[in-house]
Amino acid sequence: MGYQFDWSIVLAGEYRDWLIEGFILTLKISGLAGVCALVLGTILAVLRLSRVKPLEWFSLAFTEFFRNTPLLVQLFFWYFGSETVLPRAVNEWLYAHDFEFAAGTLALTVYSAAFIAEELRAGVFSIPKTQFEASRATGLSFLQSFWHIILPQAFRIAIPPLVSQLLNLFKNSSLVMTIGVMELTYEARQVESFTFHGFEAFTAATLMYLAVSLCVSLAISMYSRHFLRQLKH
Amino acid sequence: MHWNVVFNNMDYLLWGVYPNGPLGGMAASILLAVLGSIGAFWLGLALGLMRLSGRWPVRIPAVAVIEVIRGTPLLMLIFWFYFLGPVVFGYTLPEFESALIAFVVFTGACVAEIVRAGVLALPRGQMEAARGQGLSYFQAMRYVILPQALRNMLPSFANQFVSLTKDTSLAYIIGVGELTRAATQVNNREVVAPAEIFLTIAVLYFIICWGITATGRHMERHLIRYQVR
Repeated sequence: MGYQFDWSIVLAGEYRDWLIEGFILTLKISGLAGVCALVLGTILAVLRLSRVKPLEWFSLAFTEFFRNTPLLVQLFFWYFGSETVLPRAVNEWLYAHDFEFAAGTLALTVYSAAFIAEELRAGVFSIPKTQFEASRATGLSFLQSFWHIILPQAFRIAIPPLVSQLLNLFKNSSLVMTIGVMELTYEARQVESFTFHGFEAFTAATLMYLAVSLCVSLAISMYSRHFLRQLKH
Repeated sequence: MHWNVVFNNMDYLLWGVYPNGPLGGMAASILLAVLGSIGAFWLGLALGLMRLSGRWPVRIPAVAVIEVIRGTPLLMLIFWFYFLGPVVFGYTLPEFESALIAFVVFTGACVAEIVRAGVLALPRGQMEAARGQGLSYFQAMRYVILPQALRNMLPSFANQFVSLTKDTSLAYIIGVGELTRAATQVNNREVVAPAEIFLTIAVLYFIICWGITATGRHMERHLIRYQVR
């Protein structure tokens, strides 16, 4: 088969700019969804540990459901189903604005928050129970001891798994191309269909994803090594 | 709400047009997940043991393959095997097979990390004692280390296979007729009930994934008696 390689397509000109714009959008949607997922995940973890039965059940059902269903299906549910679920006025406002981006961010946030909640819960469980009892005994309320004593320690232990969840979110953000958000994978497909040079376009996109993932995993492993050494002292 | 749309198309969602055509719907998703899990287990075992090897010509390629695959989105990998197969091999693989290869490779890299962690978690004395008995490295791995390590890895394997089951939905993008594709087809045909249709298939996926998790937990409880302390 006579496939002519032409790397100039992705190294200069319009198509390179498309890929870079896509990369920036990928970073933007994963950053926004990452921050929202951390907040929602923390709330879910606190609810799960609240010892108030209805709140615990709600958090359990929420995390189990969203962890055990595919992100793609959730994405389609939010994107196509919003018409049924949301009131008409809200939908019209959304359609007038960037609805694809909003639906994609929402799906990524909810999906990742369920995983983040589990990591945080594991982090909280690894803190000795006496920490909580001692902080309650010094007169802090339930929320105060959570906020000032337990969570700071749990976050520190949970940082490596949390960061790898955020990295998963970054990789999962490639799925939002299916609802038409013009991120990196979408742009790579675009370049492929415009130029028939899929090999170059996908190589460039893969390298951009790899650059971020490898740097972040290197940082995590350095952090855990440093942190583990600290713990041993 | 239009739940009758879902009920009328339930057979299509569950097994496609099967007796009169190719297997589709949830049955195809399960088939992809099962074949993918089997392939990923053996590939992951091989890659994981290669990464644990003391010889660098064996270890370095395994590390490179594992890290590159784990750093790439699965969707990208599916595109690589589907669109770029023709460039490399000269002919296009059918959708089902190329998606399956992508799943095996991607999940295999994750399984390799589980295998490595599981083997490293065993006390060093196990390997030393086995070698001291006169077993070769491979015999020690095969008869002493892996039987114990694989048992400890069961929960992680269950997690990984749940992920794989969810990931089979990505095969939709290159046109494999599995559950998500069946749902979008029904949705395009009926138009009025997107929320009901996608909620239904979410529940179907949930049942499979929850089944795997529950089985994993059951096996773990059953096997924990044999654990070394």
